[in-house]
Amino acid sequence: CFNWLRCDFCSLQLEEEEAKSSFDVDVAVTNPEKVGDGMNAYMAYKVSTRSSLSMFKSKAFTVRRRFSDFLGLYEKLSVKQSLHGCIIPPPPEKSVVGMTKMKVGMDDPSSVEFLERRRAALERFLQRVVSHPLLLQDPDVREFLERDDLPRAVNTQTLSGAGFLKMITKASDAVSKMTIKMNESDTWFEDKFQEVEAEEQQLRKLHVVVDSLVNHRKELCVNTAIFAKSMAMLGNSEDSTALSRALSQLAEVEDKMEQLHQEQAASDFFIFAELLADYIRLLAAVRGCFDQRVRSWQRWQEAQSTLQKKREAEAKLLWANKPDKLQQAKEEITEWEARVTQYERDFDRVGMAVRKEVLRFEKEKTKDFKSQIVKYLEAMLQSQQRLIKFWEAFLPEAKAIA
Amino acid sequence: MTSLDDNSKEKLRSVSVDLNNDASLVIDIPDALCERDMVKFTVHTKTTLSSFQKPDFSVPRQHEDFIWLHDTLVETEEYAGLIIPPAPPKPDFESPREKMHKLGEGEASMTKEEYAKMKQELEAEYLAVFKKTVQVHEVFLQRLSSHPVLSKDRNFQIFLEYDQDLSVRRKNAKEMFGGFFKNMVKSADEVLISGIKEVDDFFEQEKTFLLDYFSKIKDSTAKAEKMTRSHKNIADDYIHISATLNAICAEDSVGVEIRGLLEGRVASDQELKLTELLRYYMRDIQAAKDLLYRRARALANYENSNKALDKARLKSRDIPQAEEHQQQCLQKFDRLSESAKKELTSFKGRRVMAFKKNLVEMAELEIKHAKVSLTAHPIKHTV
Repeated sequence: CFNWLRCDFCSLQLEEEEAKSSFDVDVAVTNPEKVGDGMNAYMAYKVSTRSSLSMFKSKAFTVRRRFSDFLGLYEKLSVKQSLHGCIIPPPPEKSVVGMTKMKVGMDDPSSVEFLERRRAALERFLQRVVSHPLLLQDPDVREFLERDDLPRAVNTQTLSGAGFLKMITKASDAVSKMTIKMNESDTWFEDKFQEVEAEEQQLRKLHVVVDSLVNHRKELCVNTAIFAKSMAMLGNSEDSTALSRALSQLAEVEDKMEQLHQEQAASDFFIFAELLADYIRLLAAVRGCFDQRVRSWQRWQEAQSTLQKKREAEAKLLWANKPDKLQQAKEEITEWEARVTQYERDFDRVGMAVRKEVLRFEKEKTKDFKSQIVKYLEAMLQSQQRLIKFWEAFLPEAKAIA
Repeated sequence: MTSLDDNSKEKLRSVSVDLNNDASLVIDIPDALCERDMVKFTVHTKTTLSSFQKPDFSVPRQHEDFIWLHDTLVETEEYAGLIIPPAPPKPDFESPREKMHKLGEGEASMTKEEYAKMKQELEAEYLAVFKKTVQVHEVFLQRLSSHPVLSKDRNFQIFLEYDQDLSVRRKNAKEMFGGFFKNMVKSADEVLISGIKEVDDFFEQEKTFLLDYFSKIKDSTAKAEKMTRSHKNIADDYIHISATLNAICAEDSVGVEIRGLLEGRVASDQELKLTELLRYYMRDIQAAKDLLYRRARALANYENSNKALDKARLKSRDIPQAEEHQQQCLQKFDRLSESAKKELTSFKGRRVMAFKKNLVEMAELEIKHAKVSLTAHPIKHTV
């Protein structure tokens, strides 16, 4: 059976069905519409949810959201959930150029592409959020999906441009600069972290080449169109009737090829390049999640060191014979002992959560990559089939030259 | 030494047709050696003609020898009424060589596999340039050998037979002709050709057609080259993508399959073929234009001789010489016109057939290639 991928595909579908039955939440982001005029204008997207879960008020509902609403949701989730070692899917980045174009109301191809790119990215962001068992339970998520008018999000300034990645990187650096190094008997975390870093580098490299592919394919479109026109002119100039007709037909075929190249370029970008861009950001989020665990460990260690200091202080007071200060010292020791216990438990819990999250993430990633690549290959396949039809139609014309 | 088997030579030959039909003189280039900047072609001749010393022989020739032959033919008065096959262009390995250099510099930044694949691609490109230059030199000789008049040219025979180095002869030839024909203001030919008062409908039409067609085909050649280059860029991207994917998910079967598919999409010959055809006929049409130019000159000469005769009659001096001169010019012009008409007619037929062959082959290759990549596709489909 050479169709190993088909077999795999079937099991993929089975997995999807299982997932659907337990998570049954479908979100879509569609219909961007311009609201308002001038520099205060913005794009509002339709967010549609379909779910049979009882936590929602109805089975299908729609709200309108703007870009900053999505960023606001991410902010809230980050603050709350990251302490628990959760991997929060990052939203698409702000873009001053793109936004200005939208406000001004340009509808050239690159503006249209920008809008579609953003819409698709917002949709993927939401889909990842709702397919996360923990995040789905978060009331902010429910409010985002259901509430008719959402209070405007503030504090989204930090997420401008490449801000998100910068933020993670800065935090990451700060953590690694901390002098207390973790001494792990279980190397799982360290190994995994290095794996994640390596993979992020690979994806970045791949993204650069795929970007190059997208650009070259766009160049090919332009050059093919120009060539088609030139062929048409040559056909007009040709004085042998049958050859003239064949050359004109060739020009038409090349026009059709240009169309195919355009679609392939879109596929290259929206399916392949954006997948890579998403995962570069997601892997950064995974790194952030590891950092949370390290922070948790720091807190525990610092508490232990504080407890130690308190004990030493108590010993000193015992010598100095100051009874009321001694009482206070004893109270503080109790307090810090409790903290140490708590922080140790927190650390263990975060560790388990991170482990679970990372494994879940890896499963999702494999699924995601497989399904996107299948989509990409399918697009290529269809393109090939159409190509065959074009040339098969041309062949008799070429043969008819006399 | 690089040998070209008959199969690949057959594939390359769609640029010109009806060559090597005459068994009395069969020429091919079975071998060529590439040394640094120079290509040494082995020109092999099989003949039944008694004008040659042996029935089967080979000689080594350089590109400059071909140019010498072409130029002597162009500068031969007798052949003024013929379309002289365009000279083969100089072998140009600049592009793959430059890329090889860049690849060497970038070796450190890529994986071993990537480097190996890129190197393989470049070697294939190098080989393609090599094959192309052999083909174009071969076709030049075959056009000569299949021409009723040119095949009998003495210099052509020398070129085929002379087993010493031709460079001595080449130098002598340069001194003899001084290359003055080429140094003449070539740009004047367009003006001359279009300015002439044409009495013959055939030539009027040919002139209009050739001038217009030349500019169009020149444009098409340039645009085709750009398009082909884009295809090549994409093919190179696929190699890099493939190598990087391999590094990420070597054991992942999806990665392997997508790589296989992507590699199949490497730019293939079809677009290249069309570019080759256009480029060849652009040069051929230039040769046809050169013929028209020579005819226009002959006509101008005849008209001048008429004026000279009138002047002589007026002055009652040197009339017999003037009459003689005028007669010669007229004869020359008539012979040239007759020959040119035949040449241009057969040229048209040849060109149309060559286009047909090339376009059919190109379409068939596109279909075949796409079908192959479909069956190799891992995802089941219904066609």
